[in-house]
Amino acid sequence: MTEQATVGISSATSAAGASGSGDPTAPALRLRGAGLGFGRRILWRDLNLSVEPGEFVAVLGSNGSGKSSLLRAVLGEVPLTSGAGWILGRPLGRRGTEVGYVPQRIAIDAATMIKARDVVRLGLDGHRWGVPVSFGARRRVVRARIDELLDSVGAADFGDAPVSMLSGGELQRVRVAAALAGDPSLLLCDEPLAALDLRHQQDIAALIDRQRRATGTAVLFVTHDINPVLPYVDQVLYLAAGRFRLGPPDEVLTSQGLTELYGAPVDVLSAHGRIIVVPSVEGTIGHQSHDDHAGLNLGERR
Amino acid sequence: MSVWDKIFNFDNYGELVALLHNSILAGAVLGLVGGLIGVFVMMRDLTFAVHGISELSFAGASLALLVGVNVVVGSVFGSLLAALVIGLLGVRARERSSIIGVLMPFGLGLGVLFLSLYPGRSANKFGLLTGQIVAVDDPQLVWLGSISVVVLLALAVIWRPLVFASVDPDIAASRGVPVRALSPVFMLVLGLTVAMAIQVVGALLVLSLLVTPAAAAMRVTASALWVPVLSVVFAMASTVGGILLALGGSIPISPYITTVSFAIWVVCRLLGSARARRGWSRRGAAAPGEAHVGVGDPVVSG
Repeated sequence: MTEQATVGISSATSAAGASGSGDPTAPALRLRGAGLGFGRRILWRDLNLSVEPGEFVAVLGSNGSGKSSLLRAVLGEVPLTSGAGWILGRPLGRRGTEVGYVPQRIAIDAATMIKARDVVRLGLDGHRWGVPVSFGARRRVVRARIDELLDSVGAADFGDAPVSMLSGGELQRVRVAAALAGDPSLLLCDEPLAALDLRHQQDIAALIDRQRRATGTAVLFVTHDINPVLPYVDQVLYLAAGRFRLGPPDEVLTSQGLTELYGAPVDVLSAHGRIIVVPSVEGTIGHQSHDDHAGLNLGERR
Repeated sequence: MSVWDKIFNFDNYGELVALLHNSILAGAVLGLVGGLIGVFVMMRDLTFAVHGISELSFAGASLALLVGVNVVVGSVFGSLLAALVIGLLGVRARERSSIIGVLMPFGLGLGVLFLSLYPGRSANKFGLLTGQIVAVDDPQLVWLGSISVVVLLALAVIWRPLVFASVDPDIAASRGVPVRALSPVFMLVLGLTVAMAIQVVGALLVLSLLVTPAAAAMRVTASALWVPVLSVVFAMASTVGGILLALGGSIPISPYITTVSFAIWVVCRLLGSARARRGWSRRGAAAPGEAHVGVGDPVVSG
């Protein structure tokens, strides 16, 4: 069931026909013959991807394979070099509020004094014009919603603390709460676990899983370590050397599959429910993808 | 007349207050606008930009003085020009700093040139740099009032998305906030405010109104409500208090304003560090091992 690159680009563009607002019946995210490159370097191309509501898709690959660029393209920050994509039937790049985003760089400038709960509030209504002053019933509704969000990520205890005084794990919970505040149809996560210890990785992963089950939020989750999210993943998109492989984890993360993808012998080992990808010949993966060896550490504990 | 009498002289105080109510009014308006703008100057790390804009504003004002047109118009023109250049060329912080570093001496030099050519009284010349108390006549007050209304209206509209874009540009963009458009809009609003401030405190000391009060407020609170409120209170206390202290003396107004605002900042800084030692939040002992906050949590600072 592993998909490979085939679809023509012209049919994709003609299927655009999308209007301004999101269509709730459309896939949360759809890419048709999508490609992205910078100059002569092609990160990936002919990518066909359909993420249904509530689906959890992990994006794997070594550094520089275009994982984060995929998110940036979905966010509309960089245009696709070829093909097309839609969020809820709305072409990429059109502004909308149905996307939640948990960035890789989680720090907020320490000079900015802002409470954790106000960061969550920005996720709730920060995109609206005007002054964030509300009274009476509206105020209580907003407050209750923020409390609920903080509570759901286990951040209730430090909701009133300035973010500059939070630890990395605490801040990341606040980030997730803020991203979920808008009740997004599509949640884009760019290595949200990278700065966290194992315990917090599991907490945040479970939290995102609960959310997508409860509200049908589709999740596109960029990570270089699949293990914390392995129990939740429906599809894996593995990017390497300008190619990709897409499918359920047990089909993509196989020695044969990744060997084909890298064009070099790769072993996928499974131990204690964790997956580890190792090159059969020392250094092949790194040389094939012109990358550092981050891709090798797919399943290593940090 | 002793030095002390030059600095503080409260003879005929009531009459002086009546005579200079224009200046006091201008000071209050400036405190309101400067206090609010200062919050964003801090959040967006534009301290240096404020200084750069004020030097070009000074050049504009001196040119206006030389050719005999309204000084406020001249300084607004200079400000907006500087804000536009900085806003368009200096998107990244590093670029911005170098562009400001280039603009600032150029503006100051031009200003000095125009002032040297100006045949009028030297007190007027000096006033543009260091502030003056009797400068605010009725037409000028109307100008200041109108500019403030424009600035306040603009802030009222863009406040919430501007906070979002300042705290978290990436996430704000993903939620549909026009981050790139907000930046030049804010620079224009900032330029207008700087042009106003120059009329009262002078080009060299604008920072005491646009940065110090907000910085002081952020030492003692992180609340989305209290930071702007305190910042305005501090800025108003500095301007109005400074003017009232300066009335009888024979020296420029700016040392009074800058000293009051600096004193407030020192007090806030002391209060803030005392509070940081006690701990900011009500999360109490942040019990390790408690339900959500796992064992193995990193030690929480603050």
